[in-house]
Amino acid sequence: MSLELTADQQDYRRRFRAWLDEHALHAPPRHVLEPQDDAAVARLRAWQGVLADAGYVGITWPEAAGGPGGTQAEAVIVEQELDARGISGPFDFIGIGMVGPTLMAHGSPEQQDRYLRPLLRGDEFWCQLLSEPGAGSDLANVQTKARQREDGTWLVNGQKVWTSFAQHAAHGIMLARTDPSAAKHKGLTMFAVPMDADGLKIVPLRQITGDAEFNEVFIDDLELPADSVIGAVGDGWRVALTMLGFERVAVGSGLHAVRLERLVAAIAGDDAAREDPALRVRMGQVASQLLSLRHTSERVTAEIADGRTPGPEAGLIKITSVLASLDACRFVVDAIGPDALAGGEWGHQVSALPGVRSAGGTEEILRNLIGERFLGLPPEPRVVPPPAARPVAAATAAPAAPAGATA
Amino acid sequence: MYLALTDEQSFLQEAATAALARCKTVEAARAALDGEPYTDLWPVAVDAGWTGLLVSEDADGVGLGAYEALLILEACGRTLADARLLGHLPATALLEAAGADAERRGALARGERRAALVCPSSGDRPGKVAVALDGSGVAVLDGAVPGVLDADGADVLVVLGRDADGTPVLSVVDAGADGVTVTPKRGYDGSRALANVAFAGARATALTLPADVAPSLGRDLQRALLAAESVGSADGALQMATAYAKDRIAFGRAIGSYQAIKHKLVEMLRLTDGARSLLVATGSAWDAEGREGFTLAANAARTAAADALDYAAPENIFIHGGIGATWEGDAMLYYRRAELSRRLSGGAEAAAATVATALLAG
Repeated sequence: MSLELTADQQDYRRRFRAWLDEHALHAPPRHVLEPQDDAAVARLRAWQGVLADAGYVGITWPEAAGGPGGTQAEAVIVEQELDARGISGPFDFIGIGMVGPTLMAHGSPEQQDRYLRPLLRGDEFWCQLLSEPGAGSDLANVQTKARQREDGTWLVNGQKVWTSFAQHAAHGIMLARTDPSAAKHKGLTMFAVPMDADGLKIVPLRQITGDAEFNEVFIDDLELPADSVIGAVGDGWRVALTMLGFERVAVGSGLHAVRLERLVAAIAGDDAAREDPALRVRMGQVASQLLSLRHTSERVTAEIADGRTPGPEAGLIKITSVLASLDACRFVVDAIGPDALAGGEWGHQVSALPGVRSAGGTEEILRNLIGERFLGLPPEPRVVPPPAARPVAAATAAPAAPAGATA
Repeated sequence: MYLALTDEQSFLQEAATAALARCKTVEAARAALDGEPYTDLWPVAVDAGWTGLLVSEDADGVGLGAYEALLILEACGRTLADARLLGHLPATALLEAAGADAERRGALARGERRAALVCPSSGDRPGKVAVALDGSGVAVLDGAVPGVLDADGADVLVVLGRDADGTPVLSVVDAGADGVTVTPKRGYDGSRALANVAFAGARATALTLPADVAPSLGRDLQRALLAAESVGSADGALQMATAYAKDRIAFGRAIGSYQAIKHKLVEMLRLTDGARSLLVATGSAWDAEGREGFTLAANAARTAAADALDYAAPENIFIHGGIGATWEGDAMLYYRRAELSRRLSGGAEAAAATVATALLAG
């Protein structure tokens, strides 16, 4: 089960290590759910550029898209080495992990030419304008309307929510309803939106942590040129499904998990907790879950690197990542006292994790998806909308709504 | 990083599944509860080469690693089979590590004799074994360990006791030797072969483990094997519950379409699959230089696997409704397996504590 790297891969790892020795002295550290001020974001942006220029961002991207045309195994090696050193990866994981691959699949040659290279370098960050107050896990219920005018341009009105990094992004990828008379999944179109356009108002949305990592985006008579459509008009749901497929892989990497080393350090650093045998059993239970998460992530990563399609574990990681991390945080606070809630990493994560549970789709939707896809369980019957609103046949034949809220 | 199973591993796994299926092991577990003797699976284990899995080829063994053993135990657990490997394999691994004579290892590898591991922290309650070395290679044993896995029917006991200074001492003794009492006990799960083991001045052969082998090797391996078996049983319970949820109709549709049922099944899958990742890690650690991380991985696997089975076994009953709680249904057999397993080999909580201790020491 231990994968011996090929000579080429070992060589790649050696070269990347040597490159890191030389270039990573002042690289920003890895964060887990920690707030980022503008200065920190600027530093992360610069680091993404350094990585990208050396060919260590978007490693599997083809050269035509500005990438180094590397292998999944090389991408895994880079991630492992960065993780081992506690160094941040590229900041714009939304752009690199989700938007970029979606543009490669559905974008026009002009769009690919315009957007991919600045995306890779971090010169232009991306955000996702998908979820709405009435369309979260049930993403296809998007109500933001885009109307095409005589000259081919579009006029958009509506509201988006849970938009991470909208305040830092140059572009957004937006799902809007272009044909209100069509069936729920049929009348949607995907657009590229410049985030500094008139008609967009970005309002930070404070969370339990007190920070505002998300935003609400109000869209009021936003004008878009005809060539801002990604894919075909009316084909937005297919484009969204492509992106959500990439999103599941990205969120499934256990991005938000508590690091076991931090938990051990917290207990080891507390005289009373360290010596208390009564804490050992629970610590071992919590640690076993985190270890299980780590090894499951490695399994999925190896499967991807090996060219295999991961099974249910990719989605299960998301669930375990939140449950095990919250359990771990609570254990640490129990062990070292509730002062830990008031400030610092543990209190921050206790506040942040309940929101992460719904990122990329609620846990309940994810469980439905896994139960239906991997255990072969029958779906719940869909409620058939009134015939006047939607054609019955099309609505019932539509695919199940995937995990849909933007992270 | 992890690869798919090698061809050899896949073959081993498929062969195990096929061999066990021929033995109708679930029916055997039920019959044992009804007072019949449990089907002897030892000949199957001998035929398949499982008895010598961890013994080197110079002593007629197969010389494979822990991961292969874990695959076999997972297959056993899935059909509630107990081939008496939980005692035999850790015992042979310790004899192998201590370089015990080839004749003794060969008899065990060929399955002519069966071994069990007697370790004070591997019973169903804490035990104690005091060892006095007489200077001529004889270890005099006194003490007792309750609920030793596979001690009922074992020919050879591999014993880890402590001398007056508290230093662990490994020794081996015939189960029929003077001063050794093995008292079989009937358990909640009829497929087990537990016994209380007592020593009163028993004269055992002292063995020496090399300095780079942790005395906890046998205990940790047993916990890992039990973890693999539990993962198999949890998976068996999941498969049973999933099949029923697709089949059973209530209020006009299959109960598996209801989220209340679907989410429970996914939780079974989540816990089982997570524990399986730790089995893979345990197999890797066994093969690593100096077996680094083996104690941590094995005990974490045991902790997670016990949690998975603790969840899956009762939920399987609940998903079946009232029929799940009857003597006639198989769900109760998985439940019995879960309830007893959790308390064996030192108990699941001891494994969790070992995880914490290993992390704080590292």
